[in-house]
Amino acid sequence: MLKRPLAAALVAALAGAPALAETKIGFISTLSGGAAHLGVDARDGFMLAMEQAGRDDVEVLIRDDALKPDVGKSLSDEMIQREEVEILTGIIFSNVAMAVVPPAVRQGVFYLSVNAGPSQLAGRGCHENYFNVAWQNDDLHQAMGGYVATEGYEKPFILAPNYPAGTDALAGFKRGYDAEVTGEIYTKLGQTDYAAEIAQIRASGADSVFYFLPGGMGIAFMKQYAGSGVEIPVFGPAFSFDEVIIGAVGEAAVGTRNTSQWAHDLENAANAAFVEAFRAEYGRTPTLYASQGFDTANLILSALGKADPAEDPDGFRAALEAAEFDSVRGEFRFGNNHHPIQDIYVREVVMGEDGKPTNRLAGVAVEDHQDAYASECTM
Amino acid sequence: MTAALLVEQLLNGLQLGVMLFLTAAGLTLVFGVMGLINLAHGSLYMTGAFVCALVAGLTGSFWVGLVAGALAAAAAGALVELTVIRRLYDRDHLDQVLATFALILIFSEGTRWIYGAQPLWLDVPDALSGAVTLPGGAQYPLYRLAIIVAGLAVALGLHLLIARTRLGMRIRAGESDREMIGALGVDIGRLYTAVFALGAGLAGLAGAMVGALQSVQVGMGEPVLILAFVVIVIGGIGSVTGALVGAVLVGVTDTLGRVFLPMAFAQVMPPAEASGVGSALASVLIYVLMAVVLVWRPQGLFPAP
Repeated sequence: MLKRPLAAALVAALAGAPALAETKIGFISTLSGGAAHLGVDARDGFMLAMEQAGRDDVEVLIRDDALKPDVGKSLSDEMIQREEVEILTGIIFSNVAMAVVPPAVRQGVFYLSVNAGPSQLAGRGCHENYFNVAWQNDDLHQAMGGYVATEGYEKPFILAPNYPAGTDALAGFKRGYDAEVTGEIYTKLGQTDYAAEIAQIRASGADSVFYFLPGGMGIAFMKQYAGSGVEIPVFGPAFSFDEVIIGAVGEAAVGTRNTSQWAHDLENAANAAFVEAFRAEYGRTPTLYASQGFDTANLILSALGKADPAEDPDGFRAALEAAEFDSVRGEFRFGNNHHPIQDIYVREVVMGEDGKPTNRLAGVAVEDHQDAYASECTM
Repeated sequence: MTAALLVEQLLNGLQLGVMLFLTAAGLTLVFGVMGLINLAHGSLYMTGAFVCALVAGLTGSFWVGLVAGALAAAAAGALVELTVIRRLYDRDHLDQVLATFALILIFSEGTRWIYGAQPLWLDVPDALSGAVTLPGGAQYPLYRLAIIVAGLAVALGLHLLIARTRLGMRIRAGESDREMIGALGVDIGRLYTAVFALGAGLAGLAGAMVGALQSVQVGMGEPVLILAFVVIVIGGIGSVTGALVGAVLVGVTDTLGRVFLPMAFAQVMPPAEASGVGSALASVLIYVLMAVVLVWRPQGLFPAP
């Protein structure tokens, strides 16, 4: 009979102790559909960092938004109200982020973006609980605009899908290029045949092409471009040339250049360890989405070491702002609007040793870049 | 705008039209002969592309992949007809739409389960890569020319099949009076399976050919399916000739609209706005075309007798 109270006390102690320090993180991402590889890579990078940390007091709930804003919204409601998560993250696409982030941060939840960086949340709509660990949407396009100008190209032809991130992309490019472009086309979102656009590029007399076409659209464009006989150099943001896309395009991608805030051959100790661990764990080269997921997880872990988001949100926020973690991008810091100030690099697609195309670091497009909307944020 | 650009865009329109024809032909036959609305036709197109990419990757030959893709799609079509579609002929169209929509979901998730979420790699065969110079100085990709030729050859073959063979005679008979050919001793079940497999095989062939040009990924069939429905509504449901004319009409309208509408707007407004307005308007152009045709001829251009 004496044993029973002792056992009860033991059970209470075992059950109670971890519950006190438990932190729940909700990871909502695009894990199905044509753009699934973006979400899958962000998730795998995020979970790699979590596994490496080996903390059993942090629980990650992973859900698929299927690239639908309404699905994302109802998942976040469920996570906040029923699961009582303290931190949300994982969203890839800006339209989903716009449905989820503003209501979530107003309820006191922290949101850390692994990818989407809509301008609305960087400027007037910035919020103390919203952190973007990737970039603002315009950043890579703007950097490429600047790079194309300094390389001496005078007649760029630019194209992007006709949706908010597409118009942001071309606006960003033009802000960086800062001169007249030869041609500008908006294509249908999800379009897979670009014969008509390529014919226009040929007829325009342009000396360079810039395109923002993520996922399958980029694969289709690049393959058709390569077969068309048009031979002017091609530029784009890293989204048009991630490892999955250039793997699917094949040899035709070789020689193209793209801007990225990270590269798998960027030289720093944290990055070398990350790329090696990711390859060992998943058997493929990480994309920039994986690096962003990995950085986001490490930022969260670094802040959790200093303060608990439920008990001391101000301390946790200050710890996030300090961003004291080993980023795979090397130096990492936040600007006033909680968006990164970072170097943006140029990568060139080359043929790898295994006979498959891969990105190689080629130089720096712009150093210590801060997004164009930071000054509008009054936080 | 130069003559070379116009010629190139007309060829682009023709090539898109020919691809649409291959997809729409099966759809219109199935509707004409069996009275069935098959939303899962796009999934058969996708099946052709995936099997082609898989087999081409294994054997190293695009041609083997192409044949395998078309045959696999035909086999998948026959299987689906025998197991699912067969039960739907006597139901109303709403039940058919519901069941074939379920098939889309099953095909998409099944494909993702087998091949993974990432797009597959399929390249244009070496013999057809690169561009050729057309008379008049315009350059055009060789592979697209090959698609036009192949598509027109299939159209001719399909015409001969329907007009000159016993199977074609039965298909025509099935279109005009289903009960009667059953009463005359034709095995209607086998005829339906054959027609369904034929349509599926054509869609699979189209998917495999386009797969080398675009990317092979889950969900690639649905945008094509929507266009194929527009084509058969314009051409007249059940008519293969109508499908060919409708497909070329849609292909050329869509391509020329996408190019020349933004150019036209650029004459009167700044380029950035013109591009936005023009491409927005271009994307509805084929639906405007469909509406105009339906007002003029409610049964389509070539109504089935």
